[in-house]
Amino acid sequence: MHETAVLLIEVGALLLVLSILARIANRVGVSPIPLYLAAGLVVGEGGLIPLDASMEFFHIGSEIGVVLLLVMLGLEYSPSELVKGLKQAKYSGLWDALLNAVPGAAFALIMGWGPIAAVAFAGITWVSSSGVVAKMLRDLRRLGNRETPTILSVLVIEDLAMAFYLPIVSAIVVGEAIAQAAVTVAIAVVAVLVILFIALRFGKTISRVFSIHHLESLLIGVLGLTMLVGGISSELKVSTAVGAFLVGIAITGQVAEEAVRVLAPLRDLFATIFFVYFGIVTAPGTLVPVLLPALALAVVTMGTKVLTGYLAARASGVGVAGRWRAGFALTPRGEFSIVIAGLAATALSAGDPALAQYIVSTTTAYVLITILAGPLLARIPDTRWFKNAVRARASKPISTPAD
Amino acid sequence: MGVRIERVDLPGIGVRNDILTAGGRRISVITYRSGERDIALFDSDDPDACTESIALTDDEATTIGEILGASVTLSKITGLGDTGLGLYTEEISLPVGSGFVGRPMGDTRARTVTGSSIVAIARGGQVIPSPGPETVFEPGDVVVAVGTRKGLDALVDIIDRGPR
Repeated sequence: MHETAVLLIEVGALLLVLSILARIANRVGVSPIPLYLAAGLVVGEGGLIPLDASMEFFHIGSEIGVVLLLVMLGLEYSPSELVKGLKQAKYSGLWDALLNAVPGAAFALIMGWGPIAAVAFAGITWVSSSGVVAKMLRDLRRLGNRETPTILSVLVIEDLAMAFYLPIVSAIVVGEAIAQAAVTVAIAVVAVLVILFIALRFGKTISRVFSIHHLESLLIGVLGLTMLVGGISSELKVSTAVGAFLVGIAITGQVAEEAVRVLAPLRDLFATIFFVYFGIVTAPGTLVPVLLPALALAVVTMGTKVLTGYLAARASGVGVAGRWRAGFALTPRGEFSIVIAGLAATALSAGDPALAQYIVSTTTAYVLITILAGPLLARIPDTRWFKNAVRARASKPISTPAD
Repeated sequence: MGVRIERVDLPGIGVRNDILTAGGRRISVITYRSGERDIALFDSDDPDACTESIALTDDEATTIGEILGASVTLSKITGLGDTGLGLYTEEISLPVGSGFVGRPMGDTRARTVTGSSIVAIARGGQVIPSPGPETVFEPGDVVVAVGTRKGLDALVDIIDRGPR
């Protein structure tokens, strides 16, 4: 058969299966991401039905998926929200980083994977999945709740922190000498600050380049600018994802709203491909030995996330039940963890392919566990026994009134 | 007459406006970036959580807004109170798609059939006092009528049923 024909058949068949999986996930009320990852495992190298001609397509598609995921994230936040979030939640952001990054780094060191993996795992366990958490809050009808702004501001801070963390990871994992890595990191951080400054100051001017009256040119234009800046950022070792995120922040106002609307279907498609591709590059055989460590890591870091949310909600004066809701809601990890693992794996694959594979499969297992358990845990505070327990504790005579 | 409205940003999602009622309940309107909105009611047990959150379409939101706006205008008119003479005032909303829309008020034959008088029509937050029989109804009109209990009930029936 002709190569192109095989490619079309493979991609088409896989997309059809994914669409069915997405519907099942929606029916059951879970995120489709774990199913996409699982589908990727099946069609990947060493899977049941390995793909033949379309590997390259999925690879490039997954790169575009990262770009689109991040630009949409940036578009959904306005610069003023970022600044306000940073002011309001800087302390919870700090606890969040400490409580969740440290266990990840410690895990990699205990496993004997060395400092590079430790830096990567710090990020993998640190960042909650904004996409999954925001959707979950909507599904559970909690957007009106008083702890919700706190949860969202923690997500904002994490996403913003990624703009500085990802360049650092990309610089370190490349394995440069320390002095050179320091220079790269410095360049990256300065580049991020400059783009951020331009975005905050001249966002309106940048947005004026695009017209909201011609949706086709808006779609192509925003996509083009994002890929261009993403590519340049990648060249500067700032990481494609960060470039795309900053473009999203720079575009504001009505242009941003329209851009979100036209790019959303494209994001959905390519983000799916991104998750599938990560499943594809995970060798199923290496998944089994890392399952237990990943489970342990998931249990510990979900615990620390609950603590983060609890403390953050308490700081904003939310009651006990709301603190628990905030904590459980933050537990799912997702797209960023995968982006980080992918970045580390790509850099390491030349020097130490076995380690790269371990990072990838541990992350797959870890994300699968947290993303499946997170939404289930988030429902605990809605159960009757939980409410009764909170009430019983609150009415105990010795307990101090709402600390 | 100040009403406390608390505005909270929901980064990446939209804005939440909270209204604290005199009775101590909290009602929130969540406005999404995409333009949709939800109305949320709060749990009296756990003031941080909402028990109910209802998504409203554009039309539903406009209708609720108009009804609430009209009821405020009307409560000012009818604030005179019932007189104790067996006369009452009643606010009657024209049903959606009512057959009276586009027809003159005289078609209701309110005075002739029920003995009640239509003293005002509330339209889009404004009041038309003493409308004549030639006044034409528009969608969303709220009729203010004065009459006996029986007469008003009959008028409500007529307006609900539409013209013959």
